[in-house]
Amino acid sequence: MNPKTPFLLKRLFTVSFLLLLLLLGAMFLGLSLGSSENGVKAVWQSLSGARDADSMLSAIIWRIRFPRVVLAALVGATLSLGGLVFQALLRNPLAEAYILGISGGSAVGAIIGILMGLSRFPGVSFTAFAGSMSTLLLIFLISSGQTILKKDSLLLSGVMINAFCSSIIMFLVSMTYDSRLHNIMFWLMGDLSTADISQVGILAASILPCFVLIFCLSNSMNLLLLGKEMAQTMGVNIKFVTVTLLVATSFMVSATVCHCGLIGFVGLVIPHLLRLLFGPDHRVLVPACMLGGGAYMVFCDLLARVLPEQGEMPAGVITAMIGAPLFIFLLKRSDLRK
Amino acid sequence: MSTAIDIKNLSYSYGNGPVLKDISFSIQKGDFFIIIGPNGSGKTTLLKTISGIIKPQRGQLEILGQSIRSYTRKVLAKTIAFVPQMVQVDFPFTVSELVLMGRSPYLGLLGLEREKDIKIAEHAMAFTGVEHLARRRLDQLSGGERQRVFIARAICQDSEIILLDEPTASLDLAHQVRVMDLMERLKKEKSVTVIMVSHDVNLAAMYGDRLLLINKGKIVSMGRPDEVLTFQALEEAYGCMLLVDESPIGKFPRITLVPQKFSNSSPFKN
Repeated sequence: MNPKTPFLLKRLFTVSFLLLLLLLGAMFLGLSLGSSENGVKAVWQSLSGARDADSMLSAIIWRIRFPRVVLAALVGATLSLGGLVFQALLRNPLAEAYILGISGGSAVGAIIGILMGLSRFPGVSFTAFAGSMSTLLLIFLISSGQTILKKDSLLLSGVMINAFCSSIIMFLVSMTYDSRLHNIMFWLMGDLSTADISQVGILAASILPCFVLIFCLSNSMNLLLLGKEMAQTMGVNIKFVTVTLLVATSFMVSATVCHCGLIGFVGLVIPHLLRLLFGPDHRVLVPACMLGGGAYMVFCDLLARVLPEQGEMPAGVITAMIGAPLFIFLLKRSDLRK
Repeated sequence: MSTAIDIKNLSYSYGNGPVLKDISFSIQKGDFFIIIGPNGSGKTTLLKTISGIIKPQRGQLEILGQSIRSYTRKVLAKTIAFVPQMVQVDFPFTVSELVLMGRSPYLGLLGLEREKDIKIAEHAMAFTGVEHLARRRLDQLSGGERQRVFIARAICQDSEIILLDEPTASLDLAHQVRVMDLMERLKKEKSVTVIMVSHDVNLAAMYGDRLLLINKGKIVSMGRPDEVLTFQALEEAYGCMLLVDESPIGKFPRITLVPQKFSNSSPFKN
């Protein structure tokens, strides 16, 4: 094979394999570390199901840490992939998974749920999901017909709806005085602590098909970057691809947001970071975002659990704290290489 | 010779009035066919209609003997490739990645290339002389190099017909000739039908087998360069004073612009 043209499959497998190792490593750390200190050996015994494993530790690992680590991986994967799709569709580097107003809508829904005193699951999850779906419906109604294909009108409608929702959030927050305020703030900052294995199972079942669908459309996303006319003359059904990507992405992002609140920055920084590392081909970036985003989120959640002396902090606090400097570092380095 | 494109009574209008008015003509297979005309004459709309980007509102358009409506998107992409005017590339694809995109209509559900596709892409890059740039990023190339990369992508699409929208605009002289020579070779060696919109009437005169002059959405004339490029027709269409004589390098017309400061001196005084 001519070395000038790197074979896509090889690159796809190399990148996926590396990031899979990273994800598995992060997950192992996530399972091993926590408020109860145990040696790596004990953790390994529990994980591998050895007979002399500590049953208390096994319970902690499988009942508490495992769902949480899987949830973090799913959320990281979804938000990174969501950011990647919106950056491609809107041809805007500042786009992220929440750009269509999903964050605002679901936050309003969640806060209403919390104020109504609903339980975290299924109550608040349900109102959050309803909130994000109604903003999406609104966006599709506003930009119905041809304008859905115009990136700027879609972007602006999303920004406006998010701004409107923010004011409602502030209104609701400023009317709240009791302990519910703490719940609201935790939700807004993104929190993975309430994971439960059946919940995580439902989430996985609903978003994995979206991942597959998006991967099948990843070559079309490459072509869309050349502009609509070019893509069309290369056999892409623009309307079908655009609408499918918008719906699949919005659905999976809403589904994760209603489980764990607003975790910012992952959807913005991970796609850029991976693009700097592996180039702009979406057939590589889609699996890379799933695995890399998952690994990043597991790692951030681990820090959110381990860093505070008592209790824990929302994972959303960590994501930007690490992500922003890391991204600036990589950006400077790639600028220098030009 | 059989017909590549057959257009009957084609009309098209945007919101503010008709752009193409009842146009009929056909293009033979294997021709180097160049569409010329002033700004706003409907050239680009005509090219976009043939490419399938916009649907004909009225009239018929047949490609290789079949109505364009009977083509699926992928089959149309395998039949006609389109090279637009300068494309703005927002994301840093490399040259080989971009050329390989031309294989898209041939890929399966997952959209992954096989070795055969890479061979075809490498051949296309060699044909347009950009293989040494394969790993370079598009935003690091000059305008002429980038245009040849986009032509390589079109060749990679392996279609019988290639459409180009002003491929020489904003290129320097050497790159203009290089791009036009490339299309000539493509026509001769791969018997591709080349259909081009051009602003440069001299290049059209030198390279075109047949020319189509349109103005205000209507056909002015169609035929060999010496039949179409008469000074009466050109002055009428472009609305400026021109001198047409025979080129010193061959049997085709040469068009010279006449600046206003010379327009009163002989031999232009009638």
